[in-house]
Amino acid sequence: MKNLSQISNPFNDDKVIANCGLFGMMSLEKNTFSGSDIIKAIANMRVRGNGLGGGFAAYGIYPDYADLYAFHIMFQSRSAKEQTESFLEGSFKIVAKEEVPHRYAIGVSDPPLVWRYFVETPKGVSDEYADDYVVEKVMIINTKIDDSFVFSSGKDMGVFKGVGHPEDIGNYFCLEDYSAYIWVSHSRFPTNTQAWWGGAHPFSILDWTVVHNGEISSYGTNRNFLEMRGYYCTMHTDTEVMAYAVDLLIRRHRLPVDIAAKIMAAPLWTEIDQIDDEEEKQQLTVLRQVYSGLLINGPFTVIIAHQGEMIGLGDRVRLRPLVAGIKDDMLYLSSEEAPMKLIRPDLEYTWIPKGGEPIIGKLDTKEVIYQNKPVQVGVNKDAVNIAA
Amino acid sequence: MERVKFSDNGSAEINADGLFYKDMNKLLRDIVIAHNLEKVRLTNVYGQRYIGTNIDRPIKIEIEGTPGNDLGAFMNGPTIEVFGNAQDGCGNTMNAGEIIIHGNAGDILGISARGGEIYVKGNVGYRVGIHIKEYKEKKPVLVIGGTAQDFLGEYMAGGILILLGLNLKENEKHKATFIGTGMHNGIMFISGSLDKQQLGKEVGQIDLNDEDTRVLEKYIGKFAKYFGYNAKELLNREFVKLVPTSLRPYGKLYAY
Repeated sequence: MKNLSQISNPFNDDKVIANCGLFGMMSLEKNTFSGSDIIKAIANMRVRGNGLGGGFAAYGIYPDYADLYAFHIMFQSRSAKEQTESFLEGSFKIVAKEEVPHRYAIGVSDPPLVWRYFVETPKGVSDEYADDYVVEKVMIINTKIDDSFVFSSGKDMGVFKGVGHPEDIGNYFCLEDYSAYIWVSHSRFPTNTQAWWGGAHPFSILDWTVVHNGEISSYGTNRNFLEMRGYYCTMHTDTEVMAYAVDLLIRRHRLPVDIAAKIMAAPLWTEIDQIDDEEEKQQLTVLRQVYSGLLINGPFTVIIAHQGEMIGLGDRVRLRPLVAGIKDDMLYLSSEEAPMKLIRPDLEYTWIPKGGEPIIGKLDTKEVIYQNKPVQVGVNKDAVNIAA
Repeated sequence: MERVKFSDNGSAEINADGLFYKDMNKLLRDIVIAHNLEKVRLTNVYGQRYIGTNIDRPIKIEIEGTPGNDLGAFMNGPTIEVFGNAQDGCGNTMNAGEIIIHGNAGDILGISARGGEIYVKGNVGYRVGIHIKEYKEKKPVLVIGGTAQDFLGEYMAGGILILLGLNLKENEKHKATFIGTGMHNGIMFISGSLDKQQLGKEVGQIDLNDEDTRVLEKYIGKFAKYFGYNAKELLNREFVKLVPTSLRPYGKLYAY
């Protein structure tokens, strides 16, 4: 295994504290729009970051290759690119490849090479096993090939990230040229580790992406739990465990999002004790016992996305901010309300979600689910009546 | 674009569109001092922080839009009126003045305030009134028209917190839990139903006295005036009075 400590964390103490800015926007009608608005929104929260990391995830951007796995890969050397390409050729059928388009941008220096590859799994790999096959190959690139890191590996989506303010990174990767129906962005404020391109958010596996504000103090426990299940943490930043946790819980263990939320932001034992319904009590107890290794401890707010869904979730006692807003077909999630209003001045319906309660934007039903029921927009228009 | 428009009556308007918070706050302070203004209206405010900080005089600041975090932080004198929602940390360590919010406010409203008054028409977030404190005549007051989220009045060390619950439906309870956890001074008045298990371990419920009625008349009267309610109707509601059961709830925790 390659030594990551020198590039990502010279103190090698596995510890990161972050105080960041998050923004996500999704069209429940799958209308696509450019990256200009989200760049404007995340730039509005410039003071939440410090220019040492910015990134974006975009869904629905590769309609011509929608059935192929799109790998976004960062190389810190030419030889890393050669080794990775020969590995990809041996593992997949590469249908198309190119350097990810970029331009000179103020505030972005020493960028690594970032390429994208549209690949098919080999004939012998069944459809059912294809996702697991891709995860396995991503782990090999991340852990075995020096100077090569996979930004994202899902279908019809991609992650663009690097060191700089997010608006500068968005400009660098020409994100106004892409059309997506979900955009998620992150502005980073790393305090315990050196900033590097792979350490910027979003973190991703397959089409799952996670952006995070906070500090996961259970990182060591979570990492051990995930390593026993085939996920290797190579980015040395706490958020990475969240990406693998949602892949394990939702894709592999097929748990619904609200159950996954109850595992990561578990109800307090005192609350479980107060539940009258014996079945619910037992269910929550079992979840806390079976998945104790995926309880995310410490302050956090995350925006999790994959094809067809965008999810906002905060820790149980809300130690990091999250605001939600809805207008027409759009769901907005943000660390602050102001950027939502900046790009959508007619936005009236905003609320502060309860800690541990996910907000789920769902493409299949075109609904936003909060506290297990659809949010009805327009019912309560007066500010006083917007339910907390 | 004209940034600043002056009127003859000692007031001015600043178009804050696209202004970085430092530049906007400097502009605000500079024109208030240079022109001895009594009132400034800020328009197109989107997330600019620390508005009202460092202006030690009783001017009126009106805000259109969504002011950023720490609105009125360390504020000493001005009255701020927000025609919209406030974000987190509003009234942080405020000393004197008033903040009137016609929409909702976010988390830790009034954190560590040591004076001044805050009125919110709508709902508020987590940990509202955390560690507000009082000394002699300095006594911060928070009046909230809607409901609050968890840890209301956490570690409260003085002052008055009034929660009206006006948007609760009939028989609907406040949802906040851990109310008054770690509270060791000050008073909370809550209207709208609550279960005992929603309260923190450090608070107890007692009956209202005549002095309490006078306090409620004064501050709920102002709340009604600001947001167009009938004060009498509001005062007819039932209130629960919460006070700490101990002035030193953790005094014995580390003693031995």
